[in-house]
Amino acid sequence: MSPTTYAKALNTALRDALTEDPDVLVLGEDVGALGGVFRITDGLTRDFGEDRCVDTPLAEAGIAGFAVGLAMQGFRPVVEMQFDAFGYPAFEQVVSHIAKMRNRTRGALPMPITIRIPYAGGIGGVEHHCDSSEGYYVHTPGLHVVTPTTPADAYSLLRESIASDDPVVFMEPKSQYYAKAEIELPTRTEPIGQAVVRREGADVTLITYGPQVAAALKAAEVAAAEEDWDVEVVDLRSLVPFDDATVEASVRRTGRAVVLAEAQGFAGMGAEIAARVQERCFHSLAAPVLRVTGLDIPYPPPKLEHTHLPGIDRVLDTIARLQWDDEPDLTHAPDEQEVSA
Amino acid sequence: MSDITELLPCPAPVQLLAADGTAVDPGEQAHARGYVMPAPEELLAVWRAMVVGRRFDAQATALTKQGRLAVYPSSRGQDACQVAPVLALTEQDWLFPTYRDSMALVTHGIDPVEVLTLLRGDWHCGYDPRATRTAPQCTPLATQAVHAAGAAHGLTRRGTDGIALCLIGDGATSEGDFHEGLNFAAVFEAPAVFLVQNNKYAISVPLAKQTKAPSLAYKGVGYGVRSEQVDGNDPAAMLAVMRQAYAHARSGHGPVLVEAHTYRMEAHTNADDATRYRTADEVDRWTGQDPIVRLQAYLVEQGHLDDARIQEVRDEADALAADLRTRMNAEPTVEPLELFDHVYARPTPQLLEQREMVRSELDSHVTQQEMESAR
Repeated sequence: MSPTTYAKALNTALRDALTEDPDVLVLGEDVGALGGVFRITDGLTRDFGEDRCVDTPLAEAGIAGFAVGLAMQGFRPVVEMQFDAFGYPAFEQVVSHIAKMRNRTRGALPMPITIRIPYAGGIGGVEHHCDSSEGYYVHTPGLHVVTPTTPADAYSLLRESIASDDPVVFMEPKSQYYAKAEIELPTRTEPIGQAVVRREGADVTLITYGPQVAAALKAAEVAAAEEDWDVEVVDLRSLVPFDDATVEASVRRTGRAVVLAEAQGFAGMGAEIAARVQERCFHSLAAPVLRVTGLDIPYPPPKLEHTHLPGIDRVLDTIARLQWDDEPDLTHAPDEQEVSA
Repeated sequence: MSDITELLPCPAPVQLLAADGTAVDPGEQAHARGYVMPAPEELLAVWRAMVVGRRFDAQATALTKQGRLAVYPSSRGQDACQVAPVLALTEQDWLFPTYRDSMALVTHGIDPVEVLTLLRGDWHCGYDPRATRTAPQCTPLATQAVHAAGAAHGLTRRGTDGIALCLIGDGATSEGDFHEGLNFAAVFEAPAVFLVQNNKYAISVPLAKQTKAPSLAYKGVGYGVRSEQVDGNDPAAMLAVMRQAYAHARSGHGPVLVEAHTYRMEAHTNADDATRYRTADEVDRWTGQDPIVRLQAYLVEQGHLDDARIQEVRDEADALAADLRTRMNAEPTVEPLELFDHVYARPTPQLLEQREMVRSELDSHVTQQEMESAR
């Protein structure tokens, strides 16, 4: 085994998909000779030709809409949006056509399109390069939305997304591109729709995804060392479909839940998670479900992004607000039959 | 780089038949591009399809007044634009229509009831897009232009010489996707043909408030796309120009943009009051340009058409309308649980839960009805 970066795992996934299926095409601005601004498509045009890894005109709606036409002819386009906020011009094509075409045509025209979006911040990028845009996509029926955080997941979920007959918005946390792991590729991890427990713990469940998984794991270490709190960290991996079962099982066990998301909090993915946990685990909860999110502001300039991003201290402060000294009385939690009766 | 003179449209809209049905010389550039009077049997096919199409259009308008359709955007007056380009397609080609192009879909051989599925509110698309090689009728404006570019490129990559015909209105040429579609098609040399049916109004906004371009056809030139303008109420010119456009695209020379100058005789839809934004004089002027009258006069004059054949086709059109009426007057069967069937290939657990909820609501509703009827 050798250390593999998240970026390299994505590149290998694209390479393997292009090799195995002649209908797979990579499309986007700068994906050719340059290999993408993050080099995720590095060498693909050289090795597969400019018919398979295609530099397109600079027009995101065009890229997404062109992929729709190709999908109608049986191709499996993988499009790159370069940066989160650059994907907004393509929004109509994504939500009105890619998401709905299967439904409009009663299954006759599936859209097996993967839309890769480098997203979120923490990299000192200038404006329009650091948005957490997942909320717009998770609100759109017809799209699957996944966000891997480890090199193994990056490889496995990208292969699965490309092979899926459903359109997948594949959100890559930019801050993780150079994260490394000792893995052998190809590899298969848990499928889309399944969350994983990244760290087991007994006292509180920290539910998170994408760019904040690394922060959550650090916060859990600090909590264990300094406060003797045993924090369980759940990495959702997939936002749509959402894994209620894993989240519910964890929260029922710990009795406390904190949702950690980098995106603005108001009406976002964090609110959805908190509501679902509250609806399903109310009788097991010793404290309200709390959220730690980015501020409700446009993504700030680089020198101020540390104020916006959740950060370990905010996570620890929030865990402390769960009235730590009072143990939850789980004996009163009725079982499911009692609830339904 | 193409020579710009090859891209530029003819100085005036190409015309082969004058409004009174007499043949006219289309001019030097039109000759050079091979626009010649189609054969009589081809023109007879166009005439027949226009008569049938217009009858369908009138029937659909009547069905709207009876509340059978939620809305109907008529294409009466644009009959030549709807019929001739579709008849010139081959079995390999794909069609990308909008909500106004129902007459084109009927001409394409799609069952009129399936054509009206979207407007009836039964489902979004009533026909099988793969079997008919026809994309769903597009409601957002111009988004299908990029689909057509991608599909055209895909047809070439598949090794076919199929083309994609994209139908666009004049208002849609202001949308970004129209420009991205032309540009992508040009850069990839995709065999896409974009037909702008310039019917002079985007709902109520006249062309003068839509663009400062002297002709919408010029919009192709900046993208390196061969462009043409044609009298959209001249069925002979429509057929000749579209056929040459397809040949150009099919032979690997890239996309073509055609602007057809025509007029929407009815309001935007039945929900619209056209008297608020246009004059009776203007409508009268265009009534004198009627494409069916024009072609019929020519064919009769040339001895290819007589009263008996005219009556025969009228009867055929009436029979189609009667059949459409009968079938549309039956309530469509709608299945609530189908709402969940096509959202995903692999539905989410959340969607399956909602399906179960609706199923149980439906079951209890049925039980209640049974109890009431038993009383």
